[in-house]
Amino acid sequence: MSEQKIDGFELKPGFKGMASDTGSDQTMFKGVHWGKAMMWIFLLSDTFVFSCFLISYMKGRGSTIVDWPNTSEVFSLYVGGVPVPLLLIAIMTFVLITSSGTMALAVKYGYEKNRKMCGWLILATAVGGLTFVGMQVFEWSKLIHEGVRPWGNPFGASQFGSFFFMITGFHGFHVSIGVIFLFIYTYKVFAGHYESKKRGWFTKMKGDYVEIEILGLYWHFVDLVWVFIFAFFYLW
Amino acid sequence: MSDEYDNNKSYQAQSSEVMDGSAGSVNPDIDYVRPAEVGEQDLYHGHSFIEKWVFCQDAKVIGVQYFLTAVFTGIVGLILSWLMRLQLGFPGLAGFMTAEHYYQFVTMHGMIMVVYFLTALFLGGFGNYLIPLMVGARDMVFPYVNMLSFWMFFVAVAVLMASFFVPGGPTGAGWTLYPPQTILEGTPGSGMGILLMLISLSLFVIGFTMGGLNYMITILQARTRGMTLMRMPLTVWGIFTATVLAMLAFPALLVSAIMMTLDKVLQTSFFMPTILKAGEVLEYGGGSPILFQHLFWFFGHPEVYIVALPAFGIVSDLISVHARKNIFGYRMMVWAIVGIGGLSFFVWAHHMYVSGMNPWFGFFFATTTLIIAVPTAMKVYNWILTLWRGNIRINTVMLWCLGFIVTFVNGGITGIFLGNVSVDVPLSDTYFVIAHFHMVMGIAPLMVIMGAVYHWFPLVAGKMLHEGLGKWHFWITFLGAYSIYFPMHYLGFIGVPRRYFEMYDSPYMTSAVGMNEFISIAAFIVGAAQFILVFNIIKTLKTGKKAEQNPWKANSLEWYTSTVPPEHGNFGERLPVVHRWPYDFSVPGAKDDFIPQTTAPSEVIHTEVEKT
Repeated sequence: MSEQKIDGFELKPGFKGMASDTGSDQTMFKGVHWGKAMMWIFLLSDTFVFSCFLISYMKGRGSTIVDWPNTSEVFSLYVGGVPVPLLLIAIMTFVLITSSGTMALAVKYGYEKNRKMCGWLILATAVGGLTFVGMQVFEWSKLIHEGVRPWGNPFGASQFGSFFFMITGFHGFHVSIGVIFLFIYTYKVFAGHYESKKRGWFTKMKGDYVEIEILGLYWHFVDLVWVFIFAFFYLW
Repeated sequence: MSDEYDNNKSYQAQSSEVMDGSAGSVNPDIDYVRPAEVGEQDLYHGHSFIEKWVFCQDAKVIGVQYFLTAVFTGIVGLILSWLMRLQLGFPGLAGFMTAEHYYQFVTMHGMIMVVYFLTALFLGGFGNYLIPLMVGARDMVFPYVNMLSFWMFFVAVAVLMASFFVPGGPTGAGWTLYPPQTILEGTPGSGMGILLMLISLSLFVIGFTMGGLNYMITILQARTRGMTLMRMPLTVWGIFTATVLAMLAFPALLVSAIMMTLDKVLQTSFFMPTILKAGEVLEYGGGSPILFQHLFWFFGHPEVYIVALPAFGIVSDLISVHARKNIFGYRMMVWAIVGIGGLSFFVWAHHMYVSGMNPWFGFFFATTTLIIAVPTAMKVYNWILTLWRGNIRINTVMLWCLGFIVTFVNGGITGIFLGNVSVDVPLSDTYFVIAHFHMVMGIAPLMVIMGAVYHWFPLVAGKMLHEGLGKWHFWITFLGAYSIYFPMHYLGFIGVPRRYFEMYDSPYMTSAVGMNEFISIAAFIVGAAQFILVFNIIKTLKTGKKAEQNPWKANSLEWYTSTVPPEHGNFGERLPVVHRWPYDFSVPGAKDDFIPQTTAPSEVIHTEVEKT
């Protein structure tokens, strides 16, 4: 979608271009697919959701009367009897970021109409996402096993468990929704719905490979949010 | 600069010369509008009754569905207010009214009116119906998501209404739902009631997000040829900015609702401090109730403007059409809307002056609050200057608009009182506050809604509402509303606190009793008067006069559809092409006193039209 030719309209670079696009008729973002614009705005709204969560977390952590648990101990894995801090999280983060890479490649092959490659890469992304969610389930069950609950834990302030489960849960929910859609799109790409212009089951609309990019935007956003959660929960 | 702009320049140069030629001769150069960037929208037309009228993807049907659902909740809210006034004016007259019931009615009245009635009505109702028509689109850009948006709202309303029927009844914590009392035993509805309220709010936010994305993208990316942002009717600008606010403010509500749900269900302590109850320490501890207030008002204050901005926009259009005059200072109006929207994110803590926050914090928020008065006052001046020497038609629509201006100024002035910390502190939680926000964001937007209903009913239903009944409706509502809320300012000054079930033997009793009775009687009458409109609509639908196309002689695109009422797809074979703003009224030299947006420059070559 880089070089877009628009009839009777000159796309200019920089601030002037922004001003002339804004002042023009029909569209504000020239050549941008409706769905793509929608996803950007949705992500802006979702950013506010996660910001509210994380700011609440900072406020909650800052004002507890009991000490916050030592996160490098709580989150460490025992390898051969030795606690290794951040081990699991490092793997989880690696998997998720890698899936962002496969997603980006899927978008590229989608626009090149390389159906097979695109499909396999989306599938790889979905599997990566699923692995992430699986490891999160493991982490949750480990913490629950150690006595961490939303309403209290043996390590310190009860808000630790509350915020941890709520925010990682909300993020994991985002990842899970993404995984479901990744599987749906894997099917759609392999079945060739974008070539045959088959109408969607629910929306009755014809699809296009731009949908892969839109899903990709969502997926990268979920990864980006994870980076913040990682920093705020595991490194602070 | 775009070609559009250059075109206009060349057009201006030509129109200043005396052009010889008949009106029919088309000059291809000055009428040039860029070709369409996006192909025709792929529309799915429903085939069955259910697809056409229930799970419909046509934004107009969705708009009407939103409207009717919102009005239903509004009537519930109205009945609740009657019950409250019954208790306040005539304590003990209604035997079933306990203090618990009173608090529940206060809470549900507030939440219903602000969120489920006004927000849904303006954005879901008017937004869905008017945005595609006014910007010249066939439909919203994501019709399926739009349909889901309504049904999500419908479920939210159903869950909200269900809370009336669960054990313990609906929540009685006040519409602000301040913790910790909201979810503690002893507050009415602290069991199922509050839970359903929080779930309903979350569903509302999700549903609204789906709709809001539609409104924004339709306005930004699906305008018709020639429709620049600065040629959009102010209605669209108001709804657009309100939607932006909602997309950024509702997240805070969603987050606070989720956190409070967890506090309730899982005994987390996000908002719950250590609490002693009958000498016993509850399991909660370490949370921050003030955090909830910040989250809630970060949503709550933009929410005021989510309701007000569409009203500003709509009333501007109504005034312009019915005064036959272009809106004064269109660009200023647009920037005022955008400016108010931006500022509204920096004023939230003026609802929290008595929360014990740092006085410097209050100073900051008082300053930002008072700055909002500047763009707001600009808008009021512009409405008045639009009326100035206009060819005003005193019909029902115009009466509602005038009522709005007066009421809005009234409510705005008391807002300046309350925006100052030192004045707010003694007035906080008194009837003065009640009077202020009912005037400014209750009655004033409601007047716009009424005006808009009388204005656009001919478009929606193809029939004209009865003018005489409309005028009765207006005058009873207008005078009645002032009879209700003017005395309340006085009650606030003498210190009558709000949310009190009864005054008992307090010192206010003597002067407040008679006034409360008077207010209550006025409230009964005003509430009943609203059913004049219901009667008017039913009567009109049955026997009303058939409306001609464009009965008000307006310029904006919604009146230039292929059929009245518009069908799915709005504009028939070809989308309209826009050449001007929608405010070319009483243009010197023009044949009629209005020039539709679709009129090409070559057709009005001898006139002194505004350059837009």
